[in-house]
Amino acid sequence: MSDPTHLTIGEARAALKSRSLSATELAKAHIEAVEKARGLNAYIMETPEKALAMAGASDARLQRGEAGPLEGVPLGIKDLYATEGVHTQACSHILDGFKPRYESTVTAQLWRDGAVMLGKLNMDEFAMGSSNETSYYGPVASPWLPPNRDAAWARAALAGDKRGLLVPGGSSGGSASAVAAHLCLAATASDTGGSIRQPAAFTGTVGIKPTYGRCSRWGMVAFASSLDQAGPIARSVGDCAIMLGSMAGYDAKDATSVDAPVPDYEAAVGRSIRGLKIGVPREYRIDGMPAEIEALWSQGVGWLKDAGAEILDISLPHTKTALPAYYIVAPAEASSNLARYDGVRYGLREAGKDIVDMYDRTRRAGFGEEVRRRIMIGTYVLSAGYYDAYYVRAQKIRTLIKRDFERVYADGIDAILTPATPSVAFGIGEKSAGNPIEMYLNDIFTVTVNMAGLPGIAVPAGLSGDGLPLGLQIIGRPFDEETLFAVAAIIEQAAGRTRLPQPWWT
Amino acid sequence: MNQPAKTSRFIKGATGDWEIVVGMEIHAQVTSRSKLFSGASTQFGAAANSQVSLVDAAMPGMLQVVNAECVRQAVRTGLGLNAKINLRSVFDRKNYFYPDLPQGYQISQFKSPIVGEGEVVVDLSDDERFTVGIERLHLEQDAGKSLHDQSATESLVDLNRSGVALMEIVSKPDIRSADEAKAYVAKLRSILRYLGTCDGDMEKGSLRADVNVSVRRPGAALGTRCEIKNVNSIRFIGQAVDVEARRQIGVLEDGGAIEQQTRLFDPGRGETRAMRSKEEAHDYRYFPDPDLLPLEFDQAFVNGLKAELPELPDARKGRFISAFGLSEQDAAALTADRSTADYFEAALGHGDGKREPKAVANWINGDLAAYANSVGLDVAATHVAPAQVAGIVDLIGDGTISGKIAKEVLALIIAEEKTADPRALVEARGMQQVTDAGAIETAVEAIVAGNPDKAAQAQAKPAMLGWFVGQVMKQTGGKANPQAVSDLLKRKLGV
Repeated sequence: MSDPTHLTIGEARAALKSRSLSATELAKAHIEAVEKARGLNAYIMETPEKALAMAGASDARLQRGEAGPLEGVPLGIKDLYATEGVHTQACSHILDGFKPRYESTVTAQLWRDGAVMLGKLNMDEFAMGSSNETSYYGPVASPWLPPNRDAAWARAALAGDKRGLLVPGGSSGGSASAVAAHLCLAATASDTGGSIRQPAAFTGTVGIKPTYGRCSRWGMVAFASSLDQAGPIARSVGDCAIMLGSMAGYDAKDATSVDAPVPDYEAAVGRSIRGLKIGVPREYRIDGMPAEIEALWSQGVGWLKDAGAEILDISLPHTKTALPAYYIVAPAEASSNLARYDGVRYGLREAGKDIVDMYDRTRRAGFGEEVRRRIMIGTYVLSAGYYDAYYVRAQKIRTLIKRDFERVYADGIDAILTPATPSVAFGIGEKSAGNPIEMYLNDIFTVTVNMAGLPGIAVPAGLSGDGLPLGLQIIGRPFDEETLFAVAAIIEQAAGRTRLPQPWWT
Repeated sequence: MNQPAKTSRFIKGATGDWEIVVGMEIHAQVTSRSKLFSGASTQFGAAANSQVSLVDAAMPGMLQVVNAECVRQAVRTGLGLNAKINLRSVFDRKNYFYPDLPQGYQISQFKSPIVGEGEVVVDLSDDERFTVGIERLHLEQDAGKSLHDQSATESLVDLNRSGVALMEIVSKPDIRSADEAKAYVAKLRSILRYLGTCDGDMEKGSLRADVNVSVRRPGAALGTRCEIKNVNSIRFIGQAVDVEARRQIGVLEDGGAIEQQTRLFDPGRGETRAMRSKEEAHDYRYFPDPDLLPLEFDQAFVNGLKAELPELPDARKGRFISAFGLSEQDAAALTADRSTADYFEAALGHGDGKREPKAVANWINGDLAAYANSVGLDVAATHVAPAQVAGIVDLIGDGTISGKIAKEVLALIIAEEKTADPRALVEARGMQQVTDAGAIETAVEAIVAGNPDKAAQAQAKPAMLGWFVGQVMKQTGGKANPQAVSDLLKRKLGV
């Protein structure tokens, strides 16, 4: 049998069911791979004992014929998700030592379905970032080699400060890197402005941000409540469908979760897209977009046309206002959501001469620069005298963006095809020291989807001239993730599954 | 709602009359088993931090879900205040840092409250009533409690109250005196208790008032107000209004200006003290809570609650007057507290229910209320049962005992024979009224014969008759029927 870490979830499930592979063997293979890949810094907390115990329990259930849909499937969990008794810090120092005594709804559903936890994955601090460089635990390296660099150079860089290696994207950088480097069969991620789709696109993996309300946010450390959504990153469209099937569902503990039946997402993979109307929004053709991304987009259009879809030119006129409005709404909510990290009840506390001094020292020491920046932006835009000019106006823009999508869907469009990112992955250290706006521009194609609460999937569609992965994004109607899986599967099939990098990092 | 007060209620200053203007924000704890956004208990008096859910402690990733019972209670209260119920309201976050506020924000309703404008009619005396406009009622979370006296070096926090549902009931500035302020709070509390939406227990902090006080020359525009925070008894509310109004008048008459401030009332020293000024006020950065969808319900939901509302104090008072022929004063006294009104109706309706309502009211508002007051209880909370009151009234009604003996019977029930049936008690103790005409006549003749001079006086001055009645009653141990004694005396003395 080939390396079990290279299986898809579908293949692993078949092998486990036929008993040609045990859950314990599968877990051990992954534990070993994770240990060897520590240089990538994808995992910030490994839980091998837990993995083996869960795998043992899976084997027993498999033996009894009681296997769940994810029985024995080893997963990495983004550090944003509360996992009972296990490191949960959203990769922030302010949650120093925090181990919740509760389990997030999404991870609880994964364990209910038989999945096995390998550990907690690195991420941008509080999911604020597009390169995984804001993590308190240091940056994550992408398993993709930078252009014109060889394995020996990369190994040296990995041992040093990682500069020049590629970022995996963010904020779910640990998730994307771990999935691309075969350090888990799939991973949980989360997406507030593109944090699932951009890293998936940067690493040649598949990531879906479902409709807002599809997955429970209970037990997910909040960044921006009205935008945050859980979702998976995996190595195939089919694997994403399997993962989302377990992660999705109504939760009475989350007032924004939606009580709608979860369809059979796997069944949507491979479904015909003949007759579907696919919109191509002209506003996504931005100035300075690399020609190869333009070409990839056209290629995607061609594939969908070949599969029988009807392609229509559409307009989403408020697209360019989405990013600035997002950078008001998201920090505003974050400034309030992060107020609870005050040193009083849990996490870091830096003693001070009085309560205000304690707050000051704790939050100064506990939050990184990007998080502090967003708290300050958020505090500013909610302040008396600025609220109407910023927050209220941003909400109005949000309504207009939503309306743009509603209009095209009302006109009969079934899904929208766009590039996932405006560029390929960049180098560690390349953008993090400069103007933060540079970094924010990474989300230009993805934030609209969060602002409108829609589902979006990023699927690998080819490689750049330098041999780096490029992804396309499909945006769907609310709660129509099935169409996204169907369309993404067509692109995946046409483009061919991405050949992920050989393990140079061990 | 902004007419000047009656001249009598103006305060005389050194430079002329002043008028007090008061508006109030009442924080009423919602009667519900669990908190506004969590399942933790709201029971008073539990061990510190024993009623705290993960949500109340603001653990990472926790989310609020609104408690439907608290919403129903707020709507019921709105209906009881004759207020507009808003079918769509929004929860906002009020952001500030404090150790007893775990989330770093309080969830409240800032722009779109669940209840809009309404009004409360308040009786000040038998012939004086005024109306207080209700500006709004909104739902919000209570904070925890900081404990500064448990350790020499640290302050501790008890989060049991954190997240408990409060209704903030905001009045318009329609109150014109300390007495009106007290009467308004008493009336509001009465309505809340009738509705069962707040127990109104000010000692336990279930009802607290922020009192906004300003003064002005009669008829002038509103003056600058100061807000006196967290006053926790009706008596203190009255004192705080008076003290603060006099302070402001003093400042103004000395040529000063009132600074808009938040102040604290110190009942021990009888003064208010500045807490913070407007410049120091927080910028709370209110914005809609993104974890909670707007609170929406339909008119049918409101109508359903309306149909099940209990009879409220004003309606009950009206019915007591019209159906039972009670005076305004008796009816008001009986209906101010729901349990007392229930008690009255139980006593009145006991058994065959054939007894004089006025008599029942007199006993409850009189001797029984005096006793209840002396032990710090509501009438209904005393051990004296409505059936016992009914029994006493009936004994007087059928002439078995006199009113005087009846007072003794009640005193016995209060002090010794706590569960006794009054009729059985009277029989066992031989307290029946003497109705035997022969026995009364003997007593009358003896008294008249023994006091010839007074008898002569009485013939000239019939008012002296009372003295003879008293003597006869004394002679018979109070058991003679006073009417029979009086009739007989008149005959004997020829008056």
